[in-house]
Amino acid sequence: MSIDSSLIGSAPATAPLAPRLTWIEQLSTFVRAKPLGAAGAFIIVVLLLVALLAPVLAPYDPYAPDYGAQFSRPGAEHWLGTDEFGRDVLSRIMYGARIALFVGFAASFAGCSIGAGLGVVSAYCGGTVDLLMERLMDILLAFPQLILALAVASILGPAVPNVVIAVTVPIIPRAARVVRATALSIKENQYVEAARGLGASHVRVVRQHLVPNVLAPYLIILTAQLGTAILAEAALSYLGLGAAEPTPSWGLMLSGSAPAYAEKAPWIGLFPGIAISLAVFGFSLFGDSLRDALDPKLRGK
Amino acid sequence: MRTYLAKRLLLIIPTLFGVAAVVFLIMRVIPGDVTLLILGGDQTGRIDPQQLAAMRHQLGLDQPLAVQFGTWLWGVLRLDFGTSLWTGQPVIEEVLTRLPLSLEVAILATIVSVLLAIPLGMLAAVRQDTWVDYVIRIASIGGQAIPSFWVGILVILFLVIYFGWGPPLEYTPPWVDPWANFQQLVWPVLTVGYRYAAVTTRMTRSTVLEVLREDYIRTAWAKGLRERAVVIRHALKNAMLPVITLVGTEFAFLIGGLVVTETVFTLNGVGRFVVDAVAHRDYPVVQALVFLIALCFVIVNLLIDLTYAWFDPRIRYH
Repeated sequence: MSIDSSLIGSAPATAPLAPRLTWIEQLSTFVRAKPLGAAGAFIIVVLLLVALLAPVLAPYDPYAPDYGAQFSRPGAEHWLGTDEFGRDVLSRIMYGARIALFVGFAASFAGCSIGAGLGVVSAYCGGTVDLLMERLMDILLAFPQLILALAVASILGPAVPNVVIAVTVPIIPRAARVVRATALSIKENQYVEAARGLGASHVRVVRQHLVPNVLAPYLIILTAQLGTAILAEAALSYLGLGAAEPTPSWGLMLSGSAPAYAEKAPWIGLFPGIAISLAVFGFSLFGDSLRDALDPKLRGK
Repeated sequence: MRTYLAKRLLLIIPTLFGVAAVVFLIMRVIPGDVTLLILGGDQTGRIDPQQLAAMRHQLGLDQPLAVQFGTWLWGVLRLDFGTSLWTGQPVIEEVLTRLPLSLEVAILATIVSVLLAIPLGMLAAVRQDTWVDYVIRIASIGGQAIPSFWVGILVILFLVIYFGWGPPLEYTPPWVDPWANFQQLVWPVLTVGYRYAAVTTRMTRSTVLEVLREDYIRTAWAKGLRERAVVIRHALKNAMLPVITLVGTEFAFLIGGLVVTETVFTLNGVGRFVVDAVAHRDYPVVQALVFLIALCFVIVNLLIDLTYAWFDPRIRYH
């Protein structure tokens, strides 16, 4: 499975003498070939910057209540208004980006890596190991993603590290299934057999031949799960199973007070939702374009 | 077909056994003492040990793990999940009183989503890489990005501000007062349905795209058939099979949507029951509901597989 050259912008292998592109040219090729993907990548970069620079960018302390400024309307003082404790909504959203991205990246990376590992081992070993692993994954897949996360979170209790675990668990079988399917077909290739025939150990074959070849499906499922993980964190926090007050988590900001103050301060329920949607939207756009580029079956024309 | 049916039905038994075991393990093996959580104790250790022992006994947690698992399995077989710690009522009765509401929302939301998703997904595929495709794709990716609970909150904000409307307190079944029922459920149904539609549109698009690249479609074009004939008669018919499957697999989104949407609209359905049970630390209920939801999911997927096999004879012999 080769990577679409227009995506990474390097010269195709068949034309070694093609002139080297500067990074600006590479970027513009990518933007022209995948405008939606580029938009997604842009949103992701902005989010990452906001999360990293939150202490510099945020105009107020996200935790400090200001009872003189409760329910301030969005304006020059507080761009996105304040909540029922007088906390600045914009600052809380900026700090919330840290939690959303941390849970999103940590959970999807952990879930996809564990899943991919299981998938590769399962496909390579075959036989009973594969059969048992497949049955176990089938069983885990019998739980809707949010329900499994909810069950795990309910036992662990509300806290950010627990949310990461709760969001990770349902990702594992999904990644395992996708990666196993690819690994199974790679395993049948003659070069794998040749490597074994030359005396390469199992570990070496898996590392040299299977792992590099399942990278494409791994990346596809990873980017696809990033958005899902951010949504799951928001949903768990909204339901009171994620980050606990006063942590500025986007989902938590929408729970309880937001609908209660609908008439008085609708902005409390408005802006954190926009932040969640934008983040997930960015990751989905990027993930979709990546899938189109990496999966030749779906490639257009 | 009969052999296939028998095989699939038999295969469901180990899966359900596994599901029951996983639910049991999540509740027992994950570190964290359920009884401590129920009694609201923390690290301060100010919990009456006698009370703790009594609670452990009530939940059967003082028995060996194997015995506990046996009791749980036996209960599952008879659909007897014990009593709720919060209301004292048998769990299964509590579930049954809440089921009609959730079922109604689920079915209506599925209908809404299919009516939206299939035409839109097909259109996007046929007009791939044109502005029509971009608009539909952005709408469907956007629809998936927007969390259901936020849409619910927006709907409530809108209704409260402009119509002074508040969420209903009691569910009115359609056979009692269809109009009142419609008024209560139209917003939750649209909230769940639109997100479900977003997911399904995206999948319909990619399925139709795949079918459009098949050889027989090229033949159909080469024969000089009109676009309508190629797309509707040749492509859609064959793309419908995977679409049926995905309506089934997206059932998970539906359940997730129900859990949060019922919470937002304070509808007393099964979804909100899960959230309430978690909040009340009502573990017999959490355990039972997680199992029952997985059971529904397994059954829906079985039905989908059977429909699939019915339409496509090749699968039966696979």
